[in-house]
Parts: sequence; C-alpha cells; structure tokens
Amino acid sequence: MRLHEYQAKALFAACGIATPPGVVVRAVEEVAPALVTLATPRCVVKAQIHAGARGHAGGVRIVASDEVAAYAKTILGTRLVTSQTGASGLPVDTLLLEAPTTAASELYLACVLDRRAGARVVLAGRQGGMGIEEGEKPVARVIDTLRGFQAYEGRQLAREIGLSGRAVAAFGDVVSALVALAVEHDALLVEINPLMLCEDGSFLAADGKIEIDDNALFRQAALEALRDPRQGDAKDEEARERGLQYISLDGDIGCLVNGAGLAMATMDLIAQAGGRPANFLDVGGGTTAQKVAEALRLLARDPRVKVVLVNIFGGIVRCDLIAEGLLLAASSLGRALPIVVRLVGTREEEGRRALAEGGLLGDVTQDLEEAAQLAVRRAQAA
Amino acid sequence: MSVLIHKQTRVLCQGFTGKQGTFHCQQALEYGTDIVGGVTPGKGGARHLDRPVFDTVAEAMAAVQPDASVIYVPAPMAADAILEAAAAGIGLVVCITEGIPAADMLRVKALLPATTRLIGPNCPGIITSGECKIGIMPGAIHKPGVVGIVSRSGTLTYEAVAQTTAEGLGQTTCIGIGGDPIHGLGFIDCLDLFQADAATRGILLVGEIGGVEEEEAADYIRHHVRKPVVAYIAGTTAPPGRRMGHAGAVIAGALGTAEAKKAALREAGVTVVDSPARMGRALAERLSR
Repeated sequence: MRLHEYQAKALFAACGIATPPGVVVRAVEEVAPALVTLATPRCVVKAQIHAGARGHAGGVRIVASDEVAAYAKTILGTRLVTSQTGASGLPVDTLLLEAPTTAASELYLACVLDRRAGARVVLAGRQGGMGIEEGEKPVARVIDTLRGFQAYEGRQLAREIGLSGRAVAAFGDVVSALVALAVEHDALLVEINPLMLCEDGSFLAADGKIEIDDNALFRQAALEALRDPRQGDAKDEEARERGLQYISLDGDIGCLVNGAGLAMATMDLIAQAGGRPANFLDVGGGTTAQKVAEALRLLARDPRVKVVLVNIFGGIVRCDLIAEGLLLAASSLGRALPIVVRLVGTREEEGRRALAEGGLLGDVTQDLEEAAQLAVRRAQAA
Repeated sequence: MSVLIHKQTRVLCQGFTGKQGTFHCQQALEYGTDIVGGVTPGKGGARHLDRPVFDTVAEAMAAVQPDASVIYVPAPMAADAILEAAAAGIGLVVCITEGIPAADMLRVKALLPATTRLIGPNCPGIITSGECKIGIMPGAIHKPGVVGIVSRSGTLTYEAVAQTTAEGLGQTTCIGIGGDPIHGLGFIDCLDLFQADAATRGILLVGEIGGVEEEEAADYIRHHVRKPVVAYIAGTTAPPGRRMGHAGAVIAGALGTAEAKKAALREAGVTVVDSPARMGRALAERLSR
C-alpha cells in the first residue's frame, strides 16, 4: 500500500525528520486559511497522487500566494498524467501547499527491503532530486536484521557520500530515524528525494514516498486508515475487497485464471496470439466455484471486455464445481458475453460435460494455446 | 532416487487441526505420505486423523522424530512456526502459508540455522512422485519418472507436471519455491540437488518476472549443470511497476524483465519456451537427442 507525500511527511515529522511547513487542502475554499497559516509570499503547490514524475507533468508548481486559489481551481478534480501513471492518469483530490525552501544541495536517501540481500538496505546519494537516475549511484549499506541499524553507521554513510561539519551528525540522525520508521511501520520502501541540505547543516525532507507491506497491514491498523482507494483502479479495489488479485490493463479480453503464474502465462499467450488482455486476475490457486463466479461478474461489468477467457487448473478444487459456478454466473451477467473456457485437472471431463449441457455461450477446450487463440478470434469478431 | 524427500520421510504438520492442515494432511495420507503427527498449541495429547497432536514441535521431535515439517499456520504466526521447527532440529521445513509479512521473513532468514532447509513460504510444497507429498499440489497428476521440476508459481507448476506426465517422462521430485521476495530454497539450491540426483535426467525451471534469481540460476547452470534444462518465464507482457499477484512478481526499472531472464538462460544453453504449453514437449525433445 502506497502513502501520499503529505502522509509520509506526517510520519517523518513524528519521528524527528524535519519537513517544510505545509498545509493540506482538498477544496478551493481551504486555500485562503491555509495561506494565512503558511504566511508566505510564494507557495509550492504539490498535487497528491500515487505516482512520481509529477514535476515534469505540471503536478508541482511554485506560484505567488495570491494566485494559489486560481491555480488550485484548475488542478483539483482533474486527473494528472505523468510518465508513471498510464494514459488515464490519477485523480488530484488533495493538494499540499508548502512554503518554498532553499537548499545548499539535494541528496537522496532511502531504506528498502531488498530481496537479493534478504535484508533492509539503506541507499544514500550525494545527488538527489529529479536527476537521481542519471547521477552517480547511491552508496548502499545492508542492515543486519538481528543487530539493527546503529547510529554510527549513519555518520559513516555521511562521510562516505562526502558530507562534513555539522551535516555529519545531522545526516546520521535522519538515517537512523528513517530506518526506525521503516521497521516500525513494516515499510517495503521509505524514500526521501530530495533530502535538502540547508546552509546551516540541517536537513529537510522535501518529498516523501512510503510503501507499506500489504501482508503486514493486519498489525498496522493506523496505516490502513491512510489508504486512498481513489488512487487505484475502481475494479482493482473492488477485487481486493473480494479477495481477488486484479490489475486493470488496456485490452479487450477479460482473463480469469487461478494462480498468479498461470495468470501471467495466460496474458502472454493472448499477446502471442495477437490479442490484448483487459486484465490480470488471479482467483487463487485453490479457488472455489463462488470466487470464480464473482470474478466472472466483475469482468462482465467492464464494458471494454468483449470476451472472457477462463483458464482453471483444478488441483484440489474440482472442475465440476468450477463449471457449476461459471454456469450460475454466466446466466446472470446481464449481457451476451462470449466465454472461452479451458478447464483441466481434477474431474475435468465432468466439468466440461456440465458446461456443454448447461449451454454455456462460448467454447470449451483442454488446450492452453487453442484457448488463447479462440479468445483472440472471438474478440476480433465481436 | 529423488531429492530431499522419499517414501521413508517422516512428516510433521504444524497447524495440524486447522481446516487447511486437516484437509491437506488427509490428501497427503491418501497419497501415501508418512505423516507421523501434528502440532497445535493447546491441543497436545489429542489425536487427529489417527495421529498424535503435540503442543510444541520440541515435544513432537522427542516423541515421533519427524524429518520434515509442513506449515499451515496462519500468516501472523507462521514465521514463528518456521523458527520453532528449526529450533527443534527439523531438517526440512515446508511453509505453505501465504501472506507472511516480509519483515518476519527477514528475521527467519537471519535466524535459520544452516542445518534446516526451508521451502517457501507461499508455495505449493514439494512432492516426490509416487512416494511422498508435502503440500497442496494435486497428487493425481504426478507420475514417477525422470524430470526434476523447480518453480516459483503454483498452478503453473501443475501445468509443467501434467505435461511431463503426458509426455511419458514423469517426475522425480517437484519443488515449488514460492512467489514471495524473501524465501528459503532458491533455484540454485534445487538445481544443485537435481544435478546430483542420479534418477533426474532433465530439469524444468519455471520462473516469472521480478528479482534476479533466474539470471543467477542461468549463471549457475552454465558452470555446474550438465543435464538438459528447459525453462519457461511467465510475465513477458506484464507492465512494469505493477505487482502481478505474487509479492515478488514486479518489474522494477530494467531489472527482472522476462526478456532479460530468457536471454540469460538461453545464453547458458537452456531451452527456453515462449509458450507455457510446450514445456513438456521441449524437455522430451532435449532428452531424446
């Protein structure tokens, strides 16, 4: 689960990492009182969306304070498209207004849970900001899980990236706080980019990105309240609530598959056959007839979907039960939607017979490649 | 011959009396797995599926000497269950549980002794065809034979199994290493085991996008594996930055793409199939050469 910049900064401030003075607004009427609080002649207006590259896309702008309301009016309620959002962009429901800050230099700092190291890793770079991709590589330090991160390691890192004077101890404090925050909140990623080094040797988190481990949300109840469902696709959210793994894509063939690997493989087969998947949908390796039926209804509500490809490998779950679930859902979809079914595994013959007898609109096959080809042909004909 | 487990492997189940534990242990018993007991804290002394129940793994170890333990404990307690099994001296721990917090797995990784091998979590388990089934895979599609299978995905593993069975090759042992970013045995560990196993004539590797384990496996194959290897990598068409179901299946920047993995494997002499329907056929062709 991703957090917004303003939410990340609130967590930073709570653990002692300084942030620029800022106020969150969700409506134009809130701008005037916010500016009174900020008391600044010029103001940084930052659109709060769950994607980066906002600066290049016009989502971050410095304007004179008497122009903030007019600018807020033009951007609130729109969708911001950046190089990371996809073509439809993400909704701008919230703005973060901040007093401008000046920095001696911009650094990069992050704490990531790294699969290869099997540990958390601190990344510290002398060059932060929008040029992080091109600049020299950040210094990486693997954190010993059992021993934890020690304060002196932060100061060592400060020296390794060339800091001196007051900045050494101050940087050490920021790194320690950042790592503690990542551990305490089960974060997969905490990133400050840029981390501003001020003239007096202090630091300011000018941006913030936090991603929380979804698997740990059961023990991070306070963070669950920070979820912004509008930043995800509406169907992604609905699917999540129903315990389905769903990701919206931009094609017209709805995919309904059990198991993440097989779901990806099905998408690949559709592409190889010349078609485009409308989604990734994993109903779970050990799925139930009910879940399959719910998933089918979810796909049918997507107007872009011209055909549904069901690909189930019945292992523990029986194919005849899956067939029943499919027939039940197919009869109440509210539109004529062709379905291509590939159903194999435990009691597959009974399952296929049930589908044939139940008069399913579409095709039934055992063959993986043939199923994808049929779905592509059906979509092209629709 | 086979790897890690066989007919005589004595298996313990943690989370034995729960719904998952009960169902899958029944299936395993039907397959012929020697389940010697189970652990459910608070239910020690009871009997379940005609096997003894213990409060702790240490007590189970003393009473029934299991070689392996399978874990169906819910995610919040699963990491602790892995460590309990390891502390009791169990040599092979298979964790089926999905949804374990990554931070918990970091602790497991740091504390797991070298004497305990972990498979998973978030995996279908391990099966030696016709001998011993530890996990949630459908037993009926497996046939004793000559192929070693190692996979990051569940149902895609079943495809690989069904295809090698249909080709008449059958399997020695099939290992699902799981889809989580922090996990136990990796591709290289399994390749090493299959290379050393006399009964395994060919190896099927099923990977997916995310991470660099397939690339590292390719490097290992080039230097150490003398048996034919066929691979399939899922996720060629997955968009970058989106997590495809498995917590580990996400393309980050240029890292972890299917194309990079396929290229690395091909360079190491692996036959990489673009279609998941052709894994079995490709291995049959390699073995008949």
